[in-house]
Amino acid sequence: MKWFDYECPRTVEAAVGLLSAPGRKVRALAGGTDLLVQLRAGRREADLVVDIKEIGELNELRLDSSGLTIGAAVPCYRIYNDPAICRAYPGLIDAVSLIGGTQIQGRASLGGNLANAAPSADAVPILIALGAQCLIAGPGGPRSLPVEDFCVAPGRNALAPGELLVSIHLAPPLPGSGAAYLRFIPRNEMDIAVVGAGASVVLKGNVFAAARIALASVAPVPLFVADAGDSLIGKPVDEASINAAAEIARAAAKPITDMRGTAEYRRHLCGVMTRRAIARAIARGKETN
Amino acid sequence: MGTKGRCLVSSRKDPDVPKTGQSGLSRRGFMQGIGVGSGALGAGILENEAQAAPPPGGFSGPAAVPITLRINGKSTNLTVEPRVTLVDALRNHLDMTGAKKVCDRATCGACTVIMSGKVVYACSVLAIDAQGKDIQTIEGIGSGNKPHPVSVAFVHNDAQQCGYCTPGFVMAAKGFLDRNPNPTFEQVEKGLGGNLCRCGTYVGVRQAVLEAAKEMKGGKNA
Ligand SMILES: Cc1cc2nc3c(=O)[nH]c(=O)nc-3n(C[C@H](O)[C@H](O)[C@H](O)COP(=O)(O)OP(=O)(O)OC[C@H]3O[C@@H](n4cnc5c(N)ncnc54)[C@H](O)[C@@H]3O)c2cc1C
Ligand code: FES
Ligand code: FES
Repeated sequence: MKWFDYECPRTVEAAVGLLSAPGRKVRALAGGTDLLVQLRAGRREADLVVDIKEIGELNELRLDSSGLTIGAAVPCYRIYNDPAICRAYPGLIDAVSLIGGTQIQGRASLGGNLANAAPSADAVPILIALGAQCLIAGPGGPRSLPVEDFCVAPGRNALAPGELLVSIHLAPPLPGSGAAYLRFIPRNEMDIAVVGAGASVVLKGNVFAAARIALASVAPVPLFVADAGDSLIGKPVDEASINAAAEIARAAAKPITDMRGTAEYRRHLCGVMTRRAIARAIARGKETN
Repeated sequence: MGTKGRCLVSSRKDPDVPKTGQSGLSRRGFMQGIGVGSGALGAGILENEAQAAPPPGGFSGPAAVPITLRINGKSTNLTVEPRVTLVDALRNHLDMTGAKKVCDRATCGACTVIMSGKVVYACSVLAIDAQGKDIQTIEGIGSGNKPHPVSVAFVHNDAQQCGYCTPGFVMAAKGFLDRNPNPTFEQVEKGLGGNLCRCGTYVGVRQAVLEAAKEMKGGKNA
């Protein structure tokens, strides 16, 4: 690994100051499960690494009447070890509990999963489906951004130089709401999604009151398919509605062919995985109705 | 919350390390450029470093910096560059070669140690970032005369061939059993999913973990 300087600030302001260091290639370090691998392989460059794990706001994990706030540096295991969060956001738990193995889950953060901006990032589709907001600090002050606008290209996010992802916020779950994330991989675990599908629905009786759908690994960025979710609104909760939404998702996918699957195969899987994710979200929505 | 933020730039220079001038800036010039008048910086690193002794000014690194690691219950001082990973610090600086470096990219699990009660890949944690945490390595969980029950169960069940993955597996198994003292077979399978064995000893490993779970019941040994 090439040399770098290291700093471990205690405050968001100090971190932003470091991330803005002129003439420096600065990278934030959370769990390092992406960053250290990339630095070693020469796929990213840094001459100043800013460890963000000692900053209070980035370690916050709070569930209250305003919803769920997840500090950007909170590792996956803290999220799925919280029974109240598991009850309130089972769709999120689907995703955080399948990222890597135990050794990865003790370190890998949701913020890092998002900021790394991989098209295959497992946490991102469900965050989009749940309508999550990113809270960002930077030299120009704080701002917030919907998760679906956060990833802009493979490996590139919407953060300007000096900006830091502080936390991710989810609204409280509504009655009748349910969500699910499903991933297709050729092995049982420890692999990159061939296709991932996240769905969230809000049911009013036997009708969809709201729905959002997003996909992993089928476009240069995690793909929000607004039309697929919108198509469900006002429709009865039945197979025909689900199939129609899944068809929209399938058509929206722009996958590539690689060693994990052909584009055609991935497009087919988009339909299948979207259908199953919606079905699971519905089952969970019925439990909370 | 640790002492990480307070590490100092060492006066020791490592000849292998490029001087800061590589980035086109001297360290002093760089600090003058952003340090003064930047409230954020002033409140952050400068203050932290000020707590710690003569301020050389600048960032920690890239030359070696003094750090303290707490390994198997003992605090150890060493001097490493910020880029040095925990597995390299253990193996190359502290002569603790139990954790193996195999893939060096967070995939195989041979370097597994337990840090703050959680299993981690030591190849993907910076040593400087491991300060202030309790680190447990294979050297710390038993000896040749008095092996840990997990190690004993590995021997009983022929859970190794070449043995190169074994220390990592034993640590992963111990970390898993600390949290799941009564696991099912499926839980063992999933719990050890972060470790690979090129010799294919998985069947023996899973049996060993189940056997160790029985042996360790009632806090007989930990
Ligand atoms: C063996 C293995 C298996 C894996 N399996 C999966 C998997 O199944 N699914 C999956 O989705 N991913 C997987 N990953 C990828 C990885 O673990 C995740 O993307 C992880 O969530 C990244 O989080 P981190 O805290 O380790 O981020 P880091 O590596 O610390 O950072 C990642 C990137 O984000 C930037 N960054 C981090 N935090 C911030 C912040 N707050 N503000 C601005 N920028 C920031 C960093 O500078 C860096 O560029 C796997 C990785 C490994 C090594
Ligand atoms: S050497 Fe660390 S996981 Fe392989
Ligand atoms: S025993 Fe040889 S790699 Fe596992």
